[in-house]
Amino acid sequence: MILLRAAGLAKKFGGVRAVEALDFEIREGQVFSIIGPNGAGKTTLLNLLTGIYRPSAGRLWLAERPLAARAPHEFAAAGIGRTFQNLQIFFNMSALENVMAGRHLHERCSLAAALLRAPRLARAEYACRRLAAELLEFVGLGAYALAAADALPYGALKRLEIARALAGEPRLLLLDEPAAGLNPSEIRDIDRLIQAIAARGITVVLVEHNMKLVMGVSHHVLVLDYGRKLAEGAPDAVRNDPRVIEAYLGAGES
Amino acid sequence: MSGELAQFLLSGLTVGSIYALVALGFAIIYNASHVINFAQGEFVMIGGMATVWLLAAGLPLALAAVLAVALAALVGLLLARFAVQPARGASVVTLIIITIGAAILLRGLAALVWDKRIHALPAFSGEAPIALAGATLAPQSLWVIGVTALAVAALWGFFNRTLAGKAILAVSHNRLAAQLMGISVQRVLLVSFALSAALGALAGILIAPITFTSWDVGVMLGLKGFAAAILGGMGSGPGAVIGGLLLGLLESLGAGYVSSAYKDAIAFIVMLAVLMLMPGGLLGGRAAERV
Amino acid sequence: MRGLLALAAVVLLAPLALANNYHYEIAILVGLNAIVCVGLNLLIGYAGQISLGHAGFFGIGAYGSAILAARYGWPPLASLAAATAAAALLAWLVGRPILRLRGHYLAMATLGLGIIISIVLTTEDGYTGGPDGMSVPPLAVAGFALAGERAWYWLVGVLLLATVWLALNLIDSPVGRALRALHGSEVAAEVAGIDSARHKLLAFVLSAAIAGLAGALTAHYAGFITPGKATFLHSIELVVMVVFGGLASTFGAVVGAAVLTALPQLLTVFKEYEMVVFGGVMMLTMIFMPKGLVPTLAALAGRRR
Repeated sequence: MILLRAAGLAKKFGGVRAVEALDFEIREGQVFSIIGPNGAGKTTLLNLLTGIYRPSAGRLWLAERPLAARAPHEFAAAGIGRTFQNLQIFFNMSALENVMAGRHLHERCSLAAALLRAPRLARAEYACRRLAAELLEFVGLGAYALAAADALPYGALKRLEIARALAGEPRLLLLDEPAAGLNPSEIRDIDRLIQAIAARGITVVLVEHNMKLVMGVSHHVLVLDYGRKLAEGAPDAVRNDPRVIEAYLGAGES
Repeated sequence: MSGELAQFLLSGLTVGSIYALVALGFAIIYNASHVINFAQGEFVMIGGMATVWLLAAGLPLALAAVLAVALAALVGLLLARFAVQPARGASVVTLIIITIGAAILLRGLAALVWDKRIHALPAFSGEAPIALAGATLAPQSLWVIGVTALAVAALWGFFNRTLAGKAILAVSHNRLAAQLMGISVQRVLLVSFALSAALGALAGILIAPITFTSWDVGVMLGLKGFAAAILGGMGSGPGAVIGGLLLGLLESLGAGYVSSAYKDAIAFIVMLAVLMLMPGGLLGGRAAERV
Repeated sequence: MRGLLALAAVVLLAPLALANNYHYEIAILVGLNAIVCVGLNLLIGYAGQISLGHAGFFGIGAYGSAILAARYGWPPLASLAAATAAAALLAWLVGRPILRLRGHYLAMATLGLGIIISIVLTTEDGYTGGPDGMSVPPLAVAGFALAGERAWYWLVGVLLLATVWLALNLIDSPVGRALRALHGSEVAAEVAGIDSARHKLLAFVLSAAIAGLAGALTAHYAGFITPGKATFLHSIELVVMVVFGGLASTFGAVVGAAVLTALPQLLTVFKEYEMVVFGGVMMLTMIFMPKGLVPTLAALAGRRR
């Protein structure tokens, strides 16, 4: 099933065409990677897919239906989750609370219930706490649950964002450079994590610069250059495409 | 033009010039440090009150005025050095409270050092009204508008033609790059506060013969000058001047034709409307947040 | 909840230390300010917004109840409720467009709002009695007028405990986490499905309602209300109490209100220096203790262990 389809997607900032005439399809269950040189429009594309930017042109379909969302929280409600290239952790909360906050869409809570701490809410809070703890375990941060988020090391924070995004039970998870700034051992952990996420049935869109990670974990790769689609296909096909090599990979091996 | 309208326009331009000077002070400091200086109005107060005090001590008016401006500039320097600088990089709320605290402190000191009475300065060149376009104009109004125009021109020259002025502009555009070019950001902060204080004091001295001065005259003038800066576009020098003059006119016309009881509210209604409809003001731009 | 019990103990035992009516009066004022500050802290400390005009909502609550009770003969409980609702309604109407702003711009918008309210209250003297204020009938429940410092002390004490309890519940709930999330990173909160505009408005309206209620109570307690309670200076005092006590700390808000209400009262000897001291305290606190009193002390205590 085609989970996400984009046709003619474009975004202009004044005179700058960050993304232009972009068409692509993401199949459900895939690990779909987007690569390209810096400034190619990758993060802009993710911002378009989560409602942070409004497209200048083009349309989006989610699960065959037109995506009518306008504000970012509506995109989230439609089933799209994401992490950020520049960490956007809630540093004013603990690691556990960060993940619990990610669960917002699945917590029905009226103001009155919140103010009066209704018994039903207390039970729901307990369940939410347990689920958040499980997700922290899943990403390998079980030991950090009660720690303040601002006490965690950088690599842990990147995984915390992933746990927070997973708490929303997304159908489509967008990961924006999850391996940036990590050492090789941590990158291997991210690789395993992405595979584990895909195994849970979540479609993953990966924006990355680390070619080894991308080529190893992806089913399908989309190459952007100057905001336009340069090439796409299976990892091996893309790796050997002369246009891609010329524009991005360069002469040397990655 | 009807005499009444001309009267309102002239008084609007007069008070608008004062707002313009105060707003310029806000703009200069905001550009140099992204701080909203809530103590700006107190510089206006210091200008007027110090001049009154020095005059009473026997000095000639011109000398008293110059010394008062210098005093205000010194206070501005101290404020920058001991209140704003230690809190560099603090949150918006923190900085706001610091400058408000400074304003309250200065007001309290003024009440202690001077007094809580209302004082007037003599008009610079007498009281004989001048007839113009069907209205009567106090000569002091010409002083206000004229000196403001000169000050604005001098500032324009300073920022566009001198190295020091350009250094300040550089910091407002890109702090890091300016530092890398060898510009002392610290000195820019101090100079901008001193300059803004001087502008505020000048405004206070110019307007004192017309609207008198007292220990708490700075509150409303500061806030209205702020509304003018928002109207023109926060951080824009030309915007501050245009905003100030426009606000003065709106206030004068509003008080004359709509409701004089709500005269003071006009500035804040304008400010609120601008913030809700076009926060960038008339000349300000809109900053985008990169995620 | 231990903190709540400690606070309850303080409220219960404080009368032992209150020697005369004047002391009770200070305690009641502390309690009323603390109620406003707990609400304001939800907005500033937890939701990460700012309001430099909250005295305006306080004033609406105060004058609303005063006018309905004194000029239209409403029973005080009804006028109290209506005045609180009026403050909340205004916050709701103005909140949507204002809360789209951030940082300095939001601060200035709330400032402007507060000043406009205060000017209206001063100018419409037909209703409000103008700058000289108006008298307010006492609070009465089923014919029994609430009079005397001790009765008011217990009322305010109970209400303070209730407000703190509600606030603590809210903070530890999904709604509270949503508020704190949007303070932590508004874009990440949105992407997690949190409607940031709606939650900001919620915090704004809730804190305005609390301020309005406290205002109405103050009016009935004092028997008199003047526009001075709705001024910019009062708005600033409230913010300083919250920030001084500690942002994102409900008990910090209570402590801040207590210290900054009681101290000026007790130091009336230095009345002339009051402004200088207040301004100085504001500056020094923000420069040396920007997190506020309670979190700074808590951090120091943490380090000792």
